[in-house]
This record gives sequence, C-alpha cells and structure tokens, in this order.
Amino acid sequence: MSPTPTMSKSELELFQILNHEGELVDSLPKLSKKELKHLLVSMLRVRCTDGRMLNLQRAGRVGFVGTSTGQEAAMIGSAAALKKQDWLWSGLREGGAAVMRGLPLSEYVAQMYCNANDTAKGRQMCNHFQHKGSNYPSWSSVIGTQIPHGVGAAFAAKQRGMDEVHAIYFGDGASSSNGFHSGMNFAAVWKAPCVFVLVNNGWAISVPARDQTRAATFGAKAKAYGMPAVEVDGNDALACYEATRLACERARKGEGPGLVVLNTYRMAGHSSSDDPTKYRTEEEVQPWLDRDPIARLETFLIGKGQLKKGEVKTIIDELNTEIDAVIHEQEAADPMSWRTLVEDVYSEVPAHLRHQYNEFLRIEESYGEARPGDGAFPL
Amino acid sequence: MANITLLKAVNEGLRGAMQNDPSVLCFGEDVGPKGGVFLATENLTSEFGEGRCFDTPLSEDGIIGTAIGMAMNGLRPVAEIQFQDFIFPAFDQIVSEAAKMRYRSGGQYTVPMVIRTPYGGGIRGGLYHSQSGEAYFCHTPGLKVVIPSTPYDAKGLLIAAIQDPDPVLFMEPKALYRSVKGEVPDENYTVDLSTLRSVKEGDDVTVFCYGAMVPVVEKAAALAQEKGISTNIVDLRTLLPLDEEGVLEHAKRTGRVVIVHEAPRFCGYGSEVSALIAENVIEYMEAPIKRVTGFDTPFPNTLEHHYLPDERRVLDAIEQTAAY
Ligand SMILES: Cc1ncc(C[n+]2csc(CCOP(=O)(O)OP(=O)(O)O)c2C)c(N)n1
Ligand SMILES: [Mg+2]
Repeated sequence: MSPTPTMSKSELELFQILNHEGELVDSLPKLSKKELKHLLVSMLRVRCTDGRMLNLQRAGRVGFVGTSTGQEAAMIGSAAALKKQDWLWSGLREGGAAVMRGLPLSEYVAQMYCNANDTAKGRQMCNHFQHKGSNYPSWSSVIGTQIPHGVGAAFAAKQRGMDEVHAIYFGDGASSSNGFHSGMNFAAVWKAPCVFVLVNNGWAISVPARDQTRAATFGAKAKAYGMPAVEVDGNDALACYEATRLACERARKGEGPGLVVLNTYRMAGHSSSDDPTKYRTEEEVQPWLDRDPIARLETFLIGKGQLKKGEVKTIIDELNTEIDAVIHEQEAADPMSWRTLVEDVYSEVPAHLRHQYNEFLRIEESYGEARPGDGAFPL
Repeated sequence: MANITLLKAVNEGLRGAMQNDPSVLCFGEDVGPKGGVFLATENLTSEFGEGRCFDTPLSEDGIIGTAIGMAMNGLRPVAEIQFQDFIFPAFDQIVSEAAKMRYRSGGQYTVPMVIRTPYGGGIRGGLYHSQSGEAYFCHTPGLKVVIPSTPYDAKGLLIAAIQDPDPVLFMEPKALYRSVKGEVPDENYTVDLSTLRSVKEGDDVTVFCYGAMVPVVEKAAALAQEKGISTNIVDLRTLLPLDEEGVLEHAKRTGRVVIVHEAPRFCGYGSEVSALIAENVIEYMEAPIKRVTGFDTPFPNTLEHHYLPDERRVLDAIEQTAAY
C-alpha cells in the first residue's frame, strides 16, 4: 500500500535500511553496538517525554504540547548524524533531538512550564526550546523563518573557516513558505554548508501534504534550485541517519547543500489543541500504527542479539523515572521575576521602559502585590 | 435573534455574506474541513462546497497576493490569516499592493477584499500568538481597519466590510471569541464602518478603547463608579478611517480622556487619538490625556496578565485623570 500522505509515487522509492519488518535491506551504517542502543533509547526518551508532557497538559500544568509521536526516527536518526559543532535549526518538533544533543531535560521541562528556570525567561509559549551549548537556536512560531537563518549561519561558517554544518529542519507545510524558497535558492547559489531536513509528516495542522504542492515528491523541488535530494523512509532510524550523514559529509567537504526528505507520519493531532478526527480518518492512521519507528529498530536489535526481549519495557520505566524526577523538581520553581517584562528588549533597559515598569510597579504595590526583586529601576 | 458568542457571530456573518453573494469566498490555512483553528469557518465548506471555502498551502504571502488578484477580477475574497502574528509574510502584499491599487491605477483597479485575523493576548500564546499589530496597518493609507468587540458588531461590521469596495483588515479579538455573548439577528444586517459605539454614557472621564480592552474598561468603570467617578466608554470599532468627529464630541463631553489598548504604546493607536484631541479640542481638556497600553516590549508568555492592561491599571488612569 502506498503511504498516501507522503508524496512519493511508491514507497519503493524511499531510501530504506530497515524494512517494515525490521530486516536489513541495505548496508548497515557504521554505528557501534553502543551507538545503536543510544539511538533506540533517545527515541524512547522522546516518546516518554511527550507522554508525560501530554499528561501535564491534561492536568493543566503546562499550556500546550506538540508531540513528535511517530516521528522519533526522523528526528533522532537524522540528528544523530550531526557532529557536536554542527547546528540544528529547529522546526516545530525537534526538541527531543536537542535533548539528545545536550539540552538538559530540566531545561526542556522548565521551558514547558515557562517558569523561572526557563532559559528564555518564560517569554515563549510552551514547546519552544533553545540550547546555546549544543548549537540549538531559539526558534520562532512563525513557520519557515528559520530556513534562511540557517543558510546565513552556514554562509558565516564558511566565511569564517569553521568546520560546521547547519542542519535546517522544517515541515511539509513550511515548504510552502517564503523562507523555504529563498533559503533553498541562496544556499545553492552560495554553496552554503547546510542540509535541509524536510520532515514530511503528512500534515500541516489539517492540510494534507498532497495539498501543499503538486510536485510528485518534496524532493523534486531540490532539482529546481540545483541541489540533490533524497527521499527517505522517515520511520527507519538507520536510513534517516545515513541519508543525513551523507548530506552533511557533502556539505562539509564544500560540495554544497542538499535536501533530505524524511517521510513519516504525525500520529497525534497537530498539538494538544487539535482534534484530528475532524479532518482525517482512522483508516488513514491505521497502517502507520504498524510502521512504528521504535518497534522497527527494537525488532532489528533483538534480531541482532543486541537487545533482549522485554528490555524496552525496562528502559521505558527508567526513562519515566528520570523524567518524573525532573518534573518534580520543576514544579517547585520560583515565581517569574517581573523585571523580565522589560529586560532583554535591548542590551540595556532604556529610559522609557524603566518608566513604564515603575508605573506598573507603583500600581501593584498599592495592592500589596509586588515582591522582593521586583524593585523599581533607578531613573 | 439568538444569544451567541462573538466567534459564532463571525461564522454567521460569513455564512450570511456567502449566501447573499456567490462571489464571496473564504480561504486560508485550515479554514476548510477543520473550520479554522478557532472554528470561525466551521461548516462553511460542507454548506458551500470546496470551491467557496477552502484550505491553501502554508503561505500568507500567497494567500493575500492571490486574494488581491481575485478581488481585481470580480470575486469578493475573505482571506483568513490564522493568527495576526503570521500576517507579516504578507505585509508587502497588503501594504504595497492591496492598499495602493486604487490610488496607483487612478481608480481603474480596486481590491474589495477582507482579511480576517484573530489578534491579541490572553490565551498564553507567547510572542507569536498574541500580538496586536493594528498600528502597522493604520499607518497605511488605502486600508480600512476594523475591530469589533461584541457579537452584534462582529456580524454587522463583517458583512459591511465584505460589501465595502476597499480592502478591509478585520481584526477579531480572540480573547473575546468565546467569552462574550450577545443578541444577534438571524438575518443579514450591516453596521456602518467608521462609526463609534457608545458603550456606556458618563460625565467625568471618557475612555476610548476597542476590541478585547472593552470589557476590561467596563470592569474598571464599575470600580470607578464605586469611588464616585462616572465613566463615558467609547468603543472605536473602526480604527481607519476613524470617526474623528465622534471622538472629538466624546472628548469634549468630559474634558478628561483615557485611551486604552493592549498594543505597545510608542506610535500605538492611542498616540493618534491623543494627537487628534490635542490638536482640535485642547481648550476643552481639564487633565492631561492618559494612555494605558501594553509595554513597549514583545509580548511575553508567563507574565502576559501583567503585560496586558487590566482593570487596576485602567482604574488608576481613570482616577488620576478625574482627580487632576
Ligand atoms: C507563518 C505561519 N503561518 C501559520 C502558522 C500556524 N501554523 C503553526 S504550525 C502550522 C503547520 C505546520 O506544518 P508543517 O510545516 O508541516 O509542520 P508540522 O506541524 O507538521 O511539524 C501552521 C499552519 C504559523 N505558525 N506560522
Ligand atoms: Mg507537517
């Protein structure tokens, strides 16, 4: 059966290393036993974290969750191919990849709570992560804007002689944005060391991928810009890894950018605010249940004797314990400092903002609600 | 008559306009089968078919650019921008093209279209699901900018906007979508653009406001009343072109003016209202004109309830203005 929401003419065209049954159908990438296991655990961590965050959302503890369920191989497999010094420019759902690359889970959860421990100071809505330490820049909700940023940063890396590849993630929906067109074009013209990672999960909220474009595949778009593309089975972690690794290697050697299309499926709604039953059928979702990316890698590793039957269950329990401990710790954060209202707009708080803040504080104080640390600015 | 939410009134306005005129059509991201992320276009695809209410690719620039062409060639497009925060990819098409078409063609070509978009804070949407960008558009001659605050006005102003011969930006206060209800006639009707609405008559201080700030001001006025201050509340509801005469009348009536909006202050819409009053009727003013606005910062998330003007801040301004 052809995976309708993906754009490929037939599934056979997709680059695969593990087939649906978890059997090796191409050569195994050079990954150690430990690295393979790490891939699996990282994917499981994404799934467990999503599950926990959804629970918190239902309990009213966090405002909004956009899960990556079903897309764990795409995100983790591809990001595992990046080197430490490379950058990951995020689309909507790559927070889990950032965790694998170094974003501490505590910061991830703090961001979901938008509490005082959040490195973005509670300014972004939930699910908008960043981590400077692992080159994962803050991203905007405005779809597609990160695409030219990644290209410009890749240009800068080249100009400055840095050995960096910039992996730019975005969705099928974002491929219609202005940022996609200018980003692809500039990258090719400049031979910028970047890799475009298009995660085609079949949907942009309620708009199916087949209605974003009439190109036969998303990969077909690369040709017009003068760069190579590869269509990948996005539920095959090893294929996602290998395709991204090859594209990065090319970019790193100065041979220019490439487009990697990871064809997967968004198993849940767009976010915790979305009800997908309004626009898609159970019959469409059903076949994807059998293509679960985690089960596929698990089957392969068990077959290879690198994983015991039932071991995944133990890993899940351990991960949930780890995540719950972090949640517990983040529940108790300090209240957000009010001064963050006016800080970071500029390098220094300008006079007019100090005035506005002090006015606000004067009124709050008259109700006895200002707290220590909320102090007025000297004018 | 039915007692319905502002959201439902938008939906009914669209349905009424589509029934009335086959050239009216709705499109944008997720407006089709899903009915829009807020459900403003719910059931329009099933009622009018995919040719009249449909989804587009994810490109605001594409949505508005094509809407302009449709409007130039006999259709009455009602384009939705999912959140006002996402309108900026289409800024060029709105500001350089839609707004200037009539002028640059000497009136030969016109753009009778409506851009509907939810704006404003209060839903924990952070920087990019909360903004109030009306001032950018009010600085654009050729556009009309409308913001309803009641279900009755939402339907009547929307139908008027769709019938209007010029491009109208119709900004919907998403914080009020489900929180306000009101009586709305079942049949089609219009509320004239460029007219004010007197929300509550009062003698001491006039407060000009619009959109989601109207209920906040009403709460503050009730608190002021307890302190013996009578507030005159005016909902501007069409920001461009503004009913300037009406504004001046209301300003003169109390000689004391407060202007409230949730958008940032600097070069915000309140600056224009304040300047209008100062230029024309300063001799009637008995107190400095005061503004209560959002901070001159991007929109926060966790502290959004402090960013947004609340009844405390509005009350403080009313009291200060009354006491001056
Ligand atoms: C410029 C812009 N327009 C609209 C939106 C609203 N929106 C948020 S996510 C989304 C769909 C994104 O689809 P895709 O790029 O495929 O990413 P996915 O959600 O599938 O990961 C839309 C329309 C937005 N955030 N930015
Ligand atoms: Mg998608």
